[in-house]
Amino acid sequence: MNIVVCIKQVPDSDKVTIDRETNRLNRAGVPSIINPFDENALEMALQLKDKHGGKVTVISMGPPQAEQALRTALSHGADEAILISDRKFGGADTWATSYTITLALKKLTDPVDLILFGKQAIDGDTAQVGPGVAHFYGVPMITYAMSCDVTETGYRVKQVTDHGYNVWDVEKPAALTVVKEANELRMPSLKKKMAAKKAEIPCWGFDDLNPEEEKIGLAGSPTKVHKVFAPPVKLNKETLSGEPAEMVEELIFKLREKKVI
Amino acid sequence: MSANKEIWVYAEQENGKLAGVVFELLSEGRKLAEKSGYTLCALLASADGKPMHQQLFNYGAKKIYNVEDSKLVTYQNDYFAKAVHTLIEQEKPEIVLYGASTIGRSLAPTVAVMGWAGLTADCTELDFDTEREILLQTRPAFGGNIMATIICPDHRPQMATVRSNVFKKEKVGEAESGEVVEVTVDLSGIPERMKRVESVVEEVNTVDLKAADYIVSGGRGIGKPENFKLVEGLANVLGGAVGASRATVDAGWISHHHQVGQTGKTVCPLVYIACGISGAIQHLAGMQSADLIIAINKDPDAPIFDVADFGLVGDLHDIVPEFTKQIDALKA
Repeated sequence: MNIVVCIKQVPDSDKVTIDRETNRLNRAGVPSIINPFDENALEMALQLKDKHGGKVTVISMGPPQAEQALRTALSHGADEAILISDRKFGGADTWATSYTITLALKKLTDPVDLILFGKQAIDGDTAQVGPGVAHFYGVPMITYAMSCDVTETGYRVKQVTDHGYNVWDVEKPAALTVVKEANELRMPSLKKKMAAKKAEIPCWGFDDLNPEEEKIGLAGSPTKVHKVFAPPVKLNKETLSGEPAEMVEELIFKLREKKVI
Repeated sequence: MSANKEIWVYAEQENGKLAGVVFELLSEGRKLAEKSGYTLCALLASADGKPMHQQLFNYGAKKIYNVEDSKLVTYQNDYFAKAVHTLIEQEKPEIVLYGASTIGRSLAPTVAVMGWAGLTADCTELDFDTEREILLQTRPAFGGNIMATIICPDHRPQMATVRSNVFKKEKVGEAESGEVVEVTVDLSGIPERMKRVESVVEEVNTVDLKAADYIVSGGRGIGKPENFKLVEGLANVLGGAVGASRATVDAGWISHHHQVGQTGKTVCPLVYIACGISGAIQHLAGMQSADLIIAINKDPDAPIFDVADFGLVGDLHDIVPEFTKQIDALKA
């Protein structure tokens, strides 16, 4: 089985804070990690490989330092890694990103059986690139996959929905986005860690992918950021302090006044 | 890039039942229609649309694009995306809104790349810039640490998804009427690449956050997983549900069914009580439309106090049991 896992390097958003004075994000010193949901996609790929054999390739689009995320994925057990990076790809929204990643998938020499994504990335939280790539690449897509079993003609996939779950039979090749409840990423082995450090990771840029120039980067992105701002602050708020019993008494009095309890 | 001055709401349905978010989108769409002068329309793709039309009119749709095909009973991405994409190409609406449900989050991104449309996920606010005649789409960004307003200046349609419970639904009347445009889309040539073999509705016991009047949520400030008992205790006496922050779910303290926030559930209770939650935008995005917010936190500078109607500064381990005790006494 030839499985490709698309991963994204993201800032650990739990550690990002906002400067209320300037409305800017304090990003300095915030560590970069593999998008947590992509770890579940990677583990799903590794489990399928354990069972059915084959190869797991990780692909990431991003700045040159995204190579680090790929090395981490190799240390967890991926076989090969490819970085998609070029200044010209910068500023891409989900449309242009989907387009660019698809060109890389099309450049792979071995036919792909399964493409996996995390359900969304924790920095953008859009969940759009998986379905976008699936369409551009021309394969059926199941979102929010919790498990995936190989069948004769493709895969049987359990999909988490808003109210329960669906089970799908999908033909191969297919694309899935994977939810966190699917699994937990295995620990890296020491041997693989060493190998990952030395692994050759090819970097595919503009000349390798030969994209239509108007479809990549900022120019290829239909959406633009108009402005960013800190969230609004509520007026008329009341702060209570003091002894717990008194605070709660006062609160309950006010809640009864407002007739909410 | 010329487009029709119409705002479309994708009328998500399965087995002839419209999703609740559709009515919320129509209600918000009405405000946008008023501001822009555009016509509010519903796009209904189903096996039998007519029984759903009255509801769509009652919530403000002036026009319904009705696509019927026996393949459109339950959701299948290939068929629905083809139907929606074809109609968009044909009618060229300015704006298309979708619910950010499991279905909407598969459909909208597919439709966006089938054309060359902009798509903004999980908007918490929509507005119309009358001067530039563009949709202003605001959403939490960067892991929910900041708000961003996204625009789509040069491509049409401008598309956005919105989660349920972000906008309130408001009926126009009981017997509204409008125009129905019957449209045929040929789905016969699409190969059946995927097939749904089972669909199960699970009642997640006790965690009906979306319907709860009272929600008591715990964050990392509760200190350890066992302390969710305090949160549960208060929720119980109030007859409410237990919520949780992303941090506690990520740490494995509580199941993800309880998660409130941009990546969890969006809730809209009468009263939301945040215990030991610092208030990352990621969390606020899921609960700030609650009617009344109470925050309990020992850090007076915690951002949760910025959105709270009542802030209690102190140790939640003392305050929450006291709160529970006094409510209990009240009810006795």
